[in-house]
Amino acid sequence: MFRATWKSLLARKVRLVLSGLAVVLGVMFVSGAFVLTDTLGRSFDQVFADAYEGVDVNVNATPKVALDELEGEPVSPPVPAALLERVRTVAGVAEATGIIAADGALMIGSNGKVVTSFGPPQLGENWLGESDLLTLREGREPRADDEIVINAALAQAAGVKVGDRVGVQTPFKSKKEDFHLVGIFGFSGGRDSLGGANEIAFTTPVAQRLMLGEPDVFTNISVQAVDGVGEEKLRDDIAAAVGDGYQVRTGEQMSADAAAGLKEGLSFFNKILLGFAAVALLVGTFLILNTFSIIVAQRTRELALMRAIGASGRQIIGSVVLEAIAVGLIASVLGLAAGIGVGALLAYLFGELAGGLALAGLGVPAAAVIGAFGVGLVITVVAALLPALRAARIPPIAAMQDVATPDRPLTKVTVSGGIVTAIGATLLFLGLSGNAGDLTLQTILGGVFLAFIGMALLTPLISRPVVGLLGAVFAWSVPGKLGRLNSGRNPRRTAITAAALMVGIALVTGVTVILDSAKSSISALAEDQINAELVISGVQSGPRPPSFDPAVLEQAAAIPGVQLVDGEYGDMAEVDGKATWVAVSSNVAALERIFSAKATAGDISRLGPDQMLFSSDTAKSRNVSVGSRVTVQLSRGEARTYTVSGIYQSTELTSPVVLPPQAARDFAIPQPIQGFLQLAPGARVEDVRPQVETLLADNPQVSVADRAAFIKQQTSQLDGLLQMIQILLALAIVIAVLGIINTLALSVLERTRELGLLRAIGLRRAQTMRMITVEAVVISVFGALLGVAVGTGLGAAVVEALKDEGITDLVLPWGQMGLFLGLAAIIGVVAAVLPAIRAARINVLGAIAHD
Amino acid sequence: MTATVGREAQVAARANDVWKVYGSGEAQVMALRGVSAEFERGRFTAIMGPSGSGKSTLMHCLAGLDSVTRGTVMIGDTTVTGLGDAGLTRLRRDKVGFIFQQFNLLPTLTAQENILLPMSIAGRKPDPAWYDTVIDTVGLRDRLGHRPAQLSGGQQQRVACARALVARPEVIFADEPTGNLDSRSGAEVLNFLRNSVREHGQTIVMVTHDPTAAAYADRVVFLADGQIVSELIEPTAETVLDTMKKLDTPVEVAR
Ligand SMILES: Nc1ncnc2c1ncn2[C@@H]1O[C@H](COP(=O)(O)OP(=O)(O)O)[C@@H](O)[C@H]1O
Ligand SMILES: [Mg+2]
Repeated sequence: MFRATWKSLLARKVRLVLSGLAVVLGVMFVSGAFVLTDTLGRSFDQVFADAYEGVDVNVNATPKVALDELEGEPVSPPVPAALLERVRTVAGVAEATGIIAADGALMIGSNGKVVTSFGPPQLGENWLGESDLLTLREGREPRADDEIVINAALAQAAGVKVGDRVGVQTPFKSKKEDFHLVGIFGFSGGRDSLGGANEIAFTTPVAQRLMLGEPDVFTNISVQAVDGVGEEKLRDDIAAAVGDGYQVRTGEQMSADAAAGLKEGLSFFNKILLGFAAVALLVGTFLILNTFSIIVAQRTRELALMRAIGASGRQIIGSVVLEAIAVGLIASVLGLAAGIGVGALLAYLFGELAGGLALAGLGVPAAAVIGAFGVGLVITVVAALLPALRAARIPPIAAMQDVATPDRPLTKVTVSGGIVTAIGATLLFLGLSGNAGDLTLQTILGGVFLAFIGMALLTPLISRPVVGLLGAVFAWSVPGKLGRLNSGRNPRRTAITAAALMVGIALVTGVTVILDSAKSSISALAEDQINAELVISGVQSGPRPPSFDPAVLEQAAAIPGVQLVDGEYGDMAEVDGKATWVAVSSNVAALERIFSAKATAGDISRLGPDQMLFSSDTAKSRNVSVGSRVTVQLSRGEARTYTVSGIYQSTELTSPVVLPPQAARDFAIPQPIQGFLQLAPGARVEDVRPQVETLLADNPQVSVADRAAFIKQQTSQLDGLLQMIQILLALAIVIAVLGIINTLALSVLERTRELGLLRAIGLRRAQTMRMITVEAVVISVFGALLGVAVGTGLGAAVVEALKDEGITDLVLPWGQMGLFLGLAAIIGVVAAVLPAIRAARINVLGAIAHD
Repeated sequence: MTATVGREAQVAARANDVWKVYGSGEAQVMALRGVSAEFERGRFTAIMGPSGSGKSTLMHCLAGLDSVTRGTVMIGDTTVTGLGDAGLTRLRRDKVGFIFQQFNLLPTLTAQENILLPMSIAGRKPDPAWYDTVIDTVGLRDRLGHRPAQLSGGQQQRVACARALVARPEVIFADEPTGNLDSRSGAEVLNFLRNSVREHGQTIVMVTHDPTAAAYADRVVFLADGQIVSELIEPTAETVLDTMKKLDTPVEVAR
């Protein structure tokens, strides 16, 4: 039996290669995700280990606002220079250094634009001299207050060299300042940066003034122990000496803590990648199921003969499953190898993007190996199980009969499809209506998964009429007509092939519906609520949003034709102990006059220095009303108690809490992030705008745009998200295309005799190819049609469920849907190429004599 | 067909010193060794011979389904030898009809669609009167809407015959058309083939190893070991059987 299986496997290697390829791709995705995140994780470990190498103990102030990973980076307030003196007196301290290193030092490149970062910080520091880690490559250290040195990666990104005069924008200064670039430094091992961070080093007083906003303070204190003094002991001694309000950690703890934050992000990223891998594998399962079904059908005679000569049904199942295991194993090995390659490549690309992240050596985590084999084997065997069961039911007599496999009725499939779809829809409904409690996400995902399976089961029933209808387009020519009939002759096969394409396209369509609806709803709301003709803002490219000088607000208010100006500040704060986004409007009147806020209680038109406002939702959930006293701890300064003086109606655009303008001084970014300008009646945007532009000339980070452009810019973030999802789902679609190629190739093989007959009675090669192409196009357009329909349904359901969250418009992306259908037609043509060539090359005589 | 038309024009298919060699070296098989034969227009010729004698090979070469190793083949005034795929396809579409032993029909098409398929492929319309005649002679009018799976073997072969006839090809090649049928269905098909020759002047070349089937033909050509060894005009089942027996003995001896 084993020999027979092995021989039949070898005999049909071409057929199995394509279905194996689907598993290979899925496994590649899974193992690639693990390898990528593992490599990046270890690389970051190394970066932080290096960064804290010379540090035995570190002292910094406890952040005022405790935040978890998703809420943002906690901000530690600076430590006073006096603390440095106190640390130096602790026994066992060999050396204590006051360090300044804060995010937000932006260099203006030689092209006049700010050098951006997509993640790593842009540090402004005090120059501490060379070390084992850091050496000057060119020039000298900064001595005067207008001198700086920068790291090599930044020099390259900015296109500047030693001797240049360069502009630097810093968080506590309203305007950029010019400096002499006197040196460029690099890191041990020839690295141009540590983990992609851009670094600008000033003299200590300048760094204090620009990066921390006050003299005689440091970001943290770095301590080196006297030889023979243990890090832990020294840490505890220093902690005792500095008292409460400070975090004292060993260098090892520091690097572990820093890496832990990033790793949490990486593991989230890994989960997302695995989610997409799951989609790809679902599609791959369809493909394998189809391949094994077709192979079993084609082997009916052979299997029946085996039954006739005494093989049991069990042995038949065993033989098919054995085949699946072999395919799954080989595919897993190949997929793992490909995944390691892809993971390494992506890690390399990521390293390059991040400005030269030195990668740790390539490693294959156990999870990648276990995932690869688990997924590859399980998927293949599960997919082969149904066909195997069917094979076992082939009666021995079939060996003697002509293989006239009658059309099995679709009743069973359709009924089970209906049930599964119904269960899926119910789960979706439960999840979306918020009745699933903690399991909402799982319920929704499960619902979507079951809905796909159910739809795939229902597809054979739908395929007859729809494929007939689609094919009618081509029925004017003989090859077209034959192609149409071929695509309809095996509803299950067509259905599974089309369903594989359906999954990818449905997800893309669904996501597009949701994001487009969200975009349109938010735009509509913004247009409705924001009564400002001009908006000052910048595009955020890193963790830190661009900000501008508050003086710009006053100057803008003085421009003739400008009626009302408001600057918006924002930060995370602890409001009665809970991390909360708080906003400051420089002009409280703007709440009503620009943002159309409606008071539901109290007065929201003015705000005293000890008063604050709540949105109605937040007030309700925090049980706060006008007159309540609320304690707020900002990123800096001491906690402060405010009295609630007003409550405004919540909308999607309102901030939970509004503080008086004075509070902005203690925000992590004490500058406005957005400015809103309302023009007087009759004033023209074209007249005012250039004058605002001159005000912003010094700050290339931000610009002034009219309202429509601002709204577009804000919602364009959703476009990026959509694109990323589309790219990741493209893999599922690629696998579906493989499926179409596979089905066609198998059908061509199966119909060799028929094709020979057609050629014998005069069908030309080109006509033969056209026939196959029509079949492919009909199947793929059918799949796309299903996908668009199912995706629209899913998207609409989600949008409906999000109605309360303010997504009120249902936007159907007709253009996109049309595009998908067109794309599907092209996919069909492409998928048909190889099978069509194969069909056209069939040797007429060989086909007729074919047994 | 008038008396002035020479013998040349009356030949529907011709093989001229045709050799066919399969494989090379040790595995070489000489399927045909210098076969020369003419198949006249409006005649029903049977090619007889023991299994492995090269009947199918000769037919495939004549029909342009297979290339010859040496010699030439002509259908009507077209030289088949040396034609490319496009030329061969056109030849099959316009001048030749086929009836195979089995798997003659496309399972997705109805009987009628199968019958009209060669004409649809060629983009031609059948002559309605001729189409009616063919349908009536094969006696399939009430089965036209059925698919092959719903037809008996004999009916399927009759559909295949009708398909070959409707296009009025220069010549119809049939390879053991009754090989899979019981004797009654076989007789039906053979009668039908003979009638199409007698009444409508169709040219048919039929390969068979069954003397009874061969007796329906006007002429029988005998093949043995890839060579034409004998010929009978106006055969009967007995004369065919006799000739076969005579042929068999020396061949057995030669082995
Ligand atoms: N494709 C082929 N390759 C090799 N030998 C072949 C091939 N086709 C036929 N033959 C050989 O040629 C000889 C004649 O075969 P064929 O014409 O099929 O005989 P039959 O008279 O039974 O129809 C046989 O010996 C057969 O084995
Ligand atoms: Mg034969």
